[in-house]
Amino acid sequence: MKKRISNNKINIELTLLCLPTIIWYIAFCYLPVFGIVLAFKRYQLVPGRNFFYSLFFGSKWVGLSNFRFLMLNPQMMRVVRNTFLYNLAFLILGIVVPVTIAVILSYLHSGMVRSIVQICMLLPHFMSWVIVSYFVYAFLSADKGMLNALFENLGMSSVNFYLKPAIWPFILVLVQLWKTSGYSMLIYYATICAIDSDLFDCAAIDGATVRQVIRYVILPQLKPMVVVLMLLNLGHILSTDFGLFYQVTRNAGSILSTTETIDVFVYKALMEQSNYGFSAAASLIQNGIGCLLLIVANRMVKAISPEGGAI
Amino acid sequence: MNKSTSGGYIKGLGKRANAVLSILVLLLSACMILPVVLILVISVSSEKSIVEKGYSFLPSEWSAGAYLYIFKNAGNILRAFGVTFAVTIVGTILSLFLISTMAYVISNRYYRHRNILTVGVMIPMFFSGGLAASYAVNTQLFGLKNSYLALILPIACSSWYIIVMRTYFLRNIPEEILEAARLEGASAFRLYYQFVLPMSRPILLTVGIFEAFSYWNSWYENLIYTDSAHSELYMLQYILYNMEKSASYITSNENISGAVMGDVPTQSLRMALASLIILPIIIVYPFFRRFFVRGLTAGGGK
Repeated sequence: MKKRISNNKINIELTLLCLPTIIWYIAFCYLPVFGIVLAFKRYQLVPGRNFFYSLFFGSKWVGLSNFRFLMLNPQMMRVVRNTFLYNLAFLILGIVVPVTIAVILSYLHSGMVRSIVQICMLLPHFMSWVIVSYFVYAFLSADKGMLNALFENLGMSSVNFYLKPAIWPFILVLVQLWKTSGYSMLIYYATICAIDSDLFDCAAIDGATVRQVIRYVILPQLKPMVVVLMLLNLGHILSTDFGLFYQVTRNAGSILSTTETIDVFVYKALMEQSNYGFSAAASLIQNGIGCLLLIVANRMVKAISPEGGAI
Repeated sequence: MNKSTSGGYIKGLGKRANAVLSILVLLLSACMILPVVLILVISVSSEKSIVEKGYSFLPSEWSAGAYLYIFKNAGNILRAFGVTFAVTIVGTILSLFLISTMAYVISNRYYRHRNILTVGVMIPMFFSGGLAASYAVNTQLFGLKNSYLALILPIACSSWYIIVMRTYFLRNIPEEILEAARLEGASAFRLYYQFVLPMSRPILLTVGIFEAFSYWNSWYENLIYTDSAHSELYMLQYILYNMEKSASYITSNENISGAVMGDVPTQSLRMALASLIILPIIIVYPFFRRFFVRGLTAGGGK
């Protein structure tokens, strides 16, 4: 009986302790979920009333018309295609590149080299997209950029990159890898460091080559982490980093055909046209497909290996 | 046999292969920091050099004019420094509080609502109402438009770091200690600040520094929640963003009416501001780097 009371007491105390965080989640994550209704309404703010009153009592239901308009919009197909293809590239390269570097790093003899590489590689993670857009501009600018100066020295004519849509997929993938591979590399590297050293000793006694050690010891140990990160990315297959596609491209009009993604579209629909319905409908498609994919992929992973999966 | 890992390296690489791979990754590292170096160099290039030679690692003439200009003339930039600094400090403390309390609570195996809260924290990682809904709730329900709170609150908590920190607590804080203290009548609050927090310095530093940098680097909240009529709320990154859109942003400002347009080093000025934003990060971050590997490993498990 006494134990029960103290259990109740500790339960109440713990709930109180995380109450501010619970309130934050309700206010900034769960209340907006009701805003999904926006996608099925023609939203108007009723003067003097708050969002929810305006949403539920002040705005007209329009059924699926927001979605219908979205589907008929030729821009939408382009935007979805861009988002999907970029994410596919990020997904594959975002695993291959960091894992490769992490494995190489874990073999290097010099502790100093390993530290320097870690410091340098994680640094881009802390640069904001605004700053990154300046970096990119310093290299690509038509009149002052480093690359064009190089082209001129080589006797070639200068290129205005901000008018050439075909190059941007490569630039953006490179920029994304530059900014994000350090962080994932560090996670993989930390995982390799945590591998039981007995495993390597046994492999050495058995006379395993470096290639065999990587193949049969390191990669299997990295697999759970790769699977978790891959599942998380699949859930965001139609979401992109707004900063990368809005800031780094400087929102340049002539390259939109290969650089505009759903998030930029959602932002513009809301902030430039104040079209809540359109914006919300696009978000719902984005989120819905991502969630569906995540659940299916998670099921598949669990079917293959029962202890795998992210959730 | 020597220990092959933990603080060391995996054995098996020959001397020559090691040298080749070391040079390779060092070159790669140099490429990673090259853009940062370029920006720093441009910021101390003279305006004349930039106009004649373009952006370059080797300017024809050096000059600290852009920095002097900022400190002398650009009152709005200095103000933005203050705002950014204050938002970073307040935001980081709030973030750490919100994240660590929740992480501690859901790391308690005997806590009754543990599962529902864990799921509740994880769902927003995959599903949200979208920008339109968040914007409408924040502005039309909470009235955050054009307020300092809009720069802090919407990004104050992070599900990812709650999970990372929870995993760290589960792995690194011996349950026996907490159990013993609990049996002696310590409350959950006392356990949290007297035992859990002091034992978790690496993860608190890691998450704290990540959150601090994310506040220091924030521009999105300004873009969404601040009107141009409220430029007193602008943070550094947003000023930099505005300078990118119009070169004259800084010169059109009234408090430098004394200066003639031609005197303003617009090119190097942008890069000088970018450098002033980058420098604190470059200086602070290597000191915390050694905690990252230990802190981030915790993010691995489920």
